[in-house]
Amino acid sequence: MNKVLRRQKLTKKYSSRFLIYLILFLFVFIFAFPFYYVFVLSSLDDSEIFTSPPRLFFGTHILENWRILFEQINFGRNFLNSVGIATLSTLFTIFFCTLGGYAFAKYSFKGKKILFTFVLTTLAIPPFLNIIPFFRMMVAFGWYNTWLPLIVPGVANAFGIFLMTQFIGRAVPDEMLEAARIDGFGELGILFRIVFPLAAPGISVLGTITFIGSWNNFLGALILLPKIERTTIPVALSSLRSQSGGGFGAIYIGTALALLPLIIVFLSFSKKIINDFARGSIKG
Amino acid sequence: MLRDGQDIMGSLKSRQRLLPYLFISPFFILFAIFGLYPIGYSVYISFFRWGLTGPSEFMGLRNYGLLFTTDPFFLKSLLNTLILLVTGSLLQHFFAIPLAILLNNQKLKFRHLFRATYFLPFITSTVSIVIIFTQLFDHNFGWINHVLTTLFGIEPIKWFSDPPAIKGALSIMLNWKYIGWNTIIYLAGLQNISPNYYEAARIDGAGTLRQHISITLPLLLPIIFFTITLSIIGGMQIVDEVFVLLGGFEGLGGPQNAGLTTAFYLLYTAFSAGRLGKGAAIAWLLFVVIILMTLINRLVTSRLENR
Repeated sequence: MNKVLRRQKLTKKYSSRFLIYLILFLFVFIFAFPFYYVFVLSSLDDSEIFTSPPRLFFGTHILENWRILFEQINFGRNFLNSVGIATLSTLFTIFFCTLGGYAFAKYSFKGKKILFTFVLTTLAIPPFLNIIPFFRMMVAFGWYNTWLPLIVPGVANAFGIFLMTQFIGRAVPDEMLEAARIDGFGELGILFRIVFPLAAPGISVLGTITFIGSWNNFLGALILLPKIERTTIPVALSSLRSQSGGGFGAIYIGTALALLPLIIVFLSFSKKIINDFARGSIKG
Repeated sequence: MLRDGQDIMGSLKSRQRLLPYLFISPFFILFAIFGLYPIGYSVYISFFRWGLTGPSEFMGLRNYGLLFTTDPFFLKSLLNTLILLVTGSLLQHFFAIPLAILLNNQKLKFRHLFRATYFLPFITSTVSIVIIFTQLFDHNFGWINHVLTTLFGIEPIKWFSDPPAIKGALSIMLNWKYIGWNTIIYLAGLQNISPNYYEAARIDGAGTLRQHISITLPLLLPIIFFTITLSIIGGMQIVDEVFVLLGGFEGLGGPQNAGLTTAFYLLYTAFSAGRLGKGAAIAWLLFVVIILMTLINRLVTSRLENR
């Protein structure tokens, strides 16, 4: 009697654990399948893409599609544009946000509290509110169809300054700054030789977030940088997709390439990024 | 001698006092030029009939009024946005919270795999997502209809031409992208809940479901408020998905404008139809609606907190 009861209990325990893993892996499949599938699609020709039942495994046309994408469509320049804009945005953002964060975290100055609150308040302004006059300004500046509107306005952004203030506040000990001052370091020496190195983990988080955000930015590039040879991957892909009467495999290679840097960045940082993302957002 | 030294110290001090202002000045300069000025200017623009070449007629508040009376799309776009807000942006929390509870277990295997995979869609470019899903949703050759037909015997769904199905397709993509992100945030929140709470409840004989309803959810409420706020703000600004899935600006949200969101209509009005004044009016109305929605969220949350 007792034995039977215990076995029932055990079976129940194991079947509920099985159910948990089943659900969790079902979602792994749902979230991962589109990524796998785009690589499959990029190895197929049009007749294989538009077939029923749809294909599940790789085909043999990947090189051919690659050639169409880079020789006929000239996708390479869009790839380089994306790399250039995202890299420049990231470098400048890291620099200016670390400066701002350092000032808010480690200096005491008049009006600091109000100014910091003001910085945070601007986070609540939705970007669509100023896009129309912003567009006109860019035309007036001669910045339309250049990289500048996608780089300059965001280099000292509120989110980055907030993130670096939090981070430098924790990662850079006051005693070390004091000691460096007594040793005769100038303020800029302290900034470059102590603050930047100690803030490196925070900088890598901000850098990753900035790079990904810039790399994925669609609307900004669509409105301010529509010229096909100057624009970024997302805009190029969207216009290829809408005009295309064929060569879909090539577009899917482009789509896969749009994901590649993200997947690499993600795999190298994954654990840390997730932790920091989650922690940062709850504090925010 | 001494006085010189003091002067040097003094000027160094004052330079040091200015330094933090110098360090934070880029934000304020950029915000003044690229944030504050255009926002103020957009109020001004919204009072005019204003084309791509400049203002032509003072309209007063008529840009706003006409949107509610004669405009054929504005109210429809607002309704679409609110529907998508529920089916695309709020629904995902009913997946994310249970998933986070399942993941919040020290003994669970593959935890990092789960968390990494769940997070991936969030950092993916929307254009890529939509292009992949366009193939998955294809009427004749897509996996989604194939699975629905062969496994469940459902007639193939016209994801891009049947108005309710268009909203379904958009909602599925939004859920796919953001469920994992919310799960990760909830998971971080769950990890801050002390196990002692559950110990006491278990001694009182409460089952697992009961424990989560009476302990987990109330303690998670501040985080639920935070994630819902993000969902509202994001969900009210959906454009990319509509643009890529439903034929760009000319598509106007697809058949019967089923996917026409207010944020999309704003950009269409300004940048495709070239009516900047009217577009600015839409922007301010949308802003007011977002504020109203977040206030409602605040109200509901504080009601629940005081219960």
